[in-house]
Amino acid sequence: MIDLVWLAVLLPFLGFLANGWLAFRRPRATAAVSAVGVGVLVAAFVVALGVAFAYAGGHHVDPIIVPLWSWIPVGHLDVMLAFQVDALSIVMLLVVTGVGMLIHVFSVGYMGDDPGYARYFAYLNLFVFFMLVLVLGASFPVLFVGWEGVGLCSYLLIGFWYRDKANADAGKKAFLMNRIGDAGYLVAMFWIFWATGSLSFTDVFAAAPRVFVVGGTTITAITLLLFLACTGKSAQIPLYTWLPDAMAGPTPVSALIHAATMVTAGVYLVARTNILFAMAPVGSAVVAAVGALTALWAASIALKQWDIKKVLAYSTVSQLGYMFLGVGVGAISSGIFHLVTHAFFKGLLFLGSGSVIHALHHAYHHTHRDEDAQDMRNMGGLRRWMPWTAAVMWIATLAIAGFPGFSGFFSKDEVLALTFAKGHEHVLFYVLWAVGAVAALMTAFYMARMMLYTFHGPNRTGAAEQEHLHEVSWVMTGPLVALAALSLLGGVLNLPHVLPGAGWLQHWLEPVTAAGDFFKPELHLPASTEWLLLGLASVIAIAGLYAAKALLHPEALRPAAEAPPETGLAKVLLRKWYVDEIYDAVVVRPLLWLSEKVLWKGVDNGLIDGAGVNGPARVARGVGAVGSWMQTGQVGTYVFFFVVGVLLLLRAVTRV
Amino acid sequence: MLLAPALGVSALIFAIGVGGVLLRRNVIIIFMCVELMLNAVNLTFVALAQQLGPQGQVIVFFVMAVAAAEAAVGLAVILGVYRHQESVNLQDLNLLRG
Repeated sequence: MIDLVWLAVLLPFLGFLANGWLAFRRPRATAAVSAVGVGVLVAAFVVALGVAFAYAGGHHVDPIIVPLWSWIPVGHLDVMLAFQVDALSIVMLLVVTGVGMLIHVFSVGYMGDDPGYARYFAYLNLFVFFMLVLVLGASFPVLFVGWEGVGLCSYLLIGFWYRDKANADAGKKAFLMNRIGDAGYLVAMFWIFWATGSLSFTDVFAAAPRVFVVGGTTITAITLLLFLACTGKSAQIPLYTWLPDAMAGPTPVSALIHAATMVTAGVYLVARTNILFAMAPVGSAVVAAVGALTALWAASIALKQWDIKKVLAYSTVSQLGYMFLGVGVGAISSGIFHLVTHAFFKGLLFLGSGSVIHALHHAYHHTHRDEDAQDMRNMGGLRRWMPWTAAVMWIATLAIAGFPGFSGFFSKDEVLALTFAKGHEHVLFYVLWAVGAVAALMTAFYMARMMLYTFHGPNRTGAAEQEHLHEVSWVMTGPLVALAALSLLGGVLNLPHVLPGAGWLQHWLEPVTAAGDFFKPELHLPASTEWLLLGLASVIAIAGLYAAKALLHPEALRPAAEAPPETGLAKVLLRKWYVDEIYDAVVVRPLLWLSEKVLWKGVDNGLIDGAGVNGPARVARGVGAVGSWMQTGQVGTYVFFFVVGVLLLLRAVTRV
Repeated sequence: MLLAPALGVSALIFAIGVGGVLLRRNVIIIFMCVELMLNAVNLTFVALAQQLGPQGQVIVFFVMAVAAAEAAVGLAVILGVYRHQESVNLQDLNLLRG
């Protein structure tokens, strides 16, 4: 069964081909598109389940390599196109196909009326294909194929409604910022090959302890370059600004690509190469510090956003920060645990916001009003019309806020607890823990704010629109309920050590993390401290939720069109600390200036066109003019030259 | 023997031929000047054959044969050109001007 893992990869690709064909030939065949698009995901999920059970039943420790064919045989480099099945890739395989399947089902309802329905599902299938290549690839180049492929699909889907220039620009921004990170991946890959002579994961990780010096410059540089790639793909400081803009795409895309799966690829990469990071304490500390800072930074921006999807986008950036904090302190399983629970509750939040936007959009469509269907100031009190959506989103909110018992409570607490435990080694990690705790407080606050403004208080949509507000169809609420159950119960995957049945995921991932754990002391907390931290996490979550309830007044809010402009700190936060403006002034505009004035007008027009292209042409034309002047057409002239030539030759031959 | 005067005459005839080709405009006259040059060369061969053996005289016969052939072809070409251009003046035959 494990040998059939390629089937899980191939199925979405076949779905892409079929839907791509339909997009060109039968764009109206929505039933066929839905059947193919969702069907291949269901089939892939079944295959994934089969692989997972076969692997678990076999009690494997070493990764199982499923080779397909020799891809790049050059000299003593021989890159196989091979898939690697081990504990980590199985977790990712199940998340991608499982959550992906639910989001595909949701899309059937959400995108049903869109003229680009077939194109949408073709892209979505292609994305799942590349994501599976990414998580199953058994070597750095194969992983990179998936890495680039999901970037491409992300670009295509952000700019899905490409007729609107802002959407196309957002796609370009995402693509370019990812490219910066990808350069880091490439250099790291070359460096790894130079150092170890191989690119397959098993060989590199086996050679790593022999080739690299713990804490040495080479390994530190490699890990930092790999992390640069992660900051691009997983939207960490300094390359995070593309993710909030990526919300220009359809909402299920935001759920699947920009929350549940693709953006977690960076976390997966760090977990996959955990032995390299374990050998580079500085590299790991950078990962943890950037993660904690990003968590706080993005959470602060989320506090004041009005666009419901922007709140969730910054929340995603912030939660990704937690994951990097987890893998950065060496607690690989805690990072992956948060990745999994985050895929559940953030996928649910995005889909829930999608059904809200869908409902509002339809209401405004009925009354022909051109209002922003994503602005929370146009919502309010929606729980009366959308009880299911409100209920499941509350579950997800409690999960992400870390309310005791919900999945996010356990995963976030574990990241923070292990960061705290790492404080024994260096005081920096106590600081990072504090940063993470403050970010957790903000998380609870902004999520409660979003829920209060969206579902509670008076309705601000408009009197005429209220008649058209209604709950979305079961195709959309079904996946929401499934994800809500997972958000509620996902915590049992990895309960804290002080509870019975604890640490299942950690134990499951041990074959993958064991090699890296060899290089670092075990993170351990006394039971009393662990209880204390659990209690503190509960207090933080409840305090954040309560503060939102106490401080915010949904009934005083005005619709977006009439709302007064923000002032002071609120404005700075609404404008996202002006980071986009700063990047624009520091990077984009100097680059454009350099490109236009120097490279285009100077180098291209002046040097290359002048000396390289037009110069030889001018010389050739000059020589041609002389030659053409001699061609008079008069035989006499030719004879004259002929005679002169003969005389000169004679002179040369008879010279004594 | 009278080698030096013979060579002098042949050089003079050759120079006249070259000058004629260079300076005259009429194709037929130029053609005749070419014949003049050929015969100047013949004279040189015959004069030198007095000292160097009979090979030179043999070559003279070759030259005469070739010259006869050339005259036939050349005159035919000139005739063709005249039919085409209604002129045998070289200045009118400048289709190759660059």
